[in-house]
Amino acid sequence: MSSTNTENWMKDIGVVDLTGVGGGSTSAATKITALVVDDDSVNQTIHSKMLENLGIQNQVETIFDLILMDMDMPVMNGIEATRKLREMGVRSIIAGVSTCTRDEREQKEFMEAGLDDFQEKPLTTPKLVSILHKLNKKC
Amino acid sequence: MDGVAQLQKQLVDFTDSLFQEGFLDEQFNQLQQLQDESNPDFVVEVVSLFFEDSERLLNELAKALEQKTIDFRKVDAHVHQFKGSSSSIGAQRVQKVCIAFRNYCEEQNIEGVKPWHRCLKCLQQVKLEYSLVKNKLETLFKIEKQLIAAGGSIPT
Repeated sequence: MSSTNTENWMKDIGVVDLTGVGGGSTSAATKITALVVDDDSVNQTIHSKMLENLGIQNQVETIFDLILMDMDMPVMNGIEATRKLREMGVRSIIAGVSTCTRDEREQKEFMEAGLDDFQEKPLTTPKLVSILHKLNKKC
Repeated sequence: MDGVAQLQKQLVDFTDSLFQEGFLDEQFNQLQQLQDESNPDFVVEVVSLFFEDSERLLNELAKALEQKTIDFRKVDAHVHQFKGSSSSIGAQRVQKVCIAFRNYCEEQNIEGVKPWHRCLKCLQQVKLEYSLVKNKLETLFKIEKQLIAAGGSIPT
């Protein structure tokens, strides 16, 4: 990924100042926060790094713009977690990130639990950028 | 050809072969592209994490298949996780044998008890593909280290 690609993606989602007023810094740009929910540490490391490269910090105690929600987790699956978060009044963009479910009904249930978007694993930066476009539309 | 150029060529040729033989796929490229000056060992760190997790998962799987009554849901959960992490780092052949393993586990749930030695065979295939890709990746990292020690840089 050349730095040009990364810069373009960052401009695309608004985390980099386009007007040049801030001298190309992030001061005049949108600040985005995110939370990665995944019980697999390899995936969590990779997803966090992708976000970090786009200038987005993985944070826990603030109001999140974005939540990446894994589907298959042994204790509570993504559908239940999404439902609970919506019940709690969380208005973040919640994007389901999962392997292609064999059951279309399950995927429909996942969307109906309160997802704004769904992307198939493995996650890539372009897929993440397409999720982040939803942020601009929601605001 | 001087030492650095030779190592660079060795690295490129070896990496190409890993892709051509299906050990790695495009997702590994994605991983390499996440590495930068602020995190110059990112790929090695993530792959090391993958090795640790994989070894734990393979032990759990072996244990689960030793039980008198096999809990196929547990087996499926472990294989699913292994499939996920191998897919995330681009270990394509490991991912494929995990998919085959899961398909078999699904059959188990529907048709009742079947000979467990087929499950063991699936596990052996997963172990084999995992050890192959582990070996390949360790070699790749070794060449990279040699190249950097010789004063060269990794071609992008």
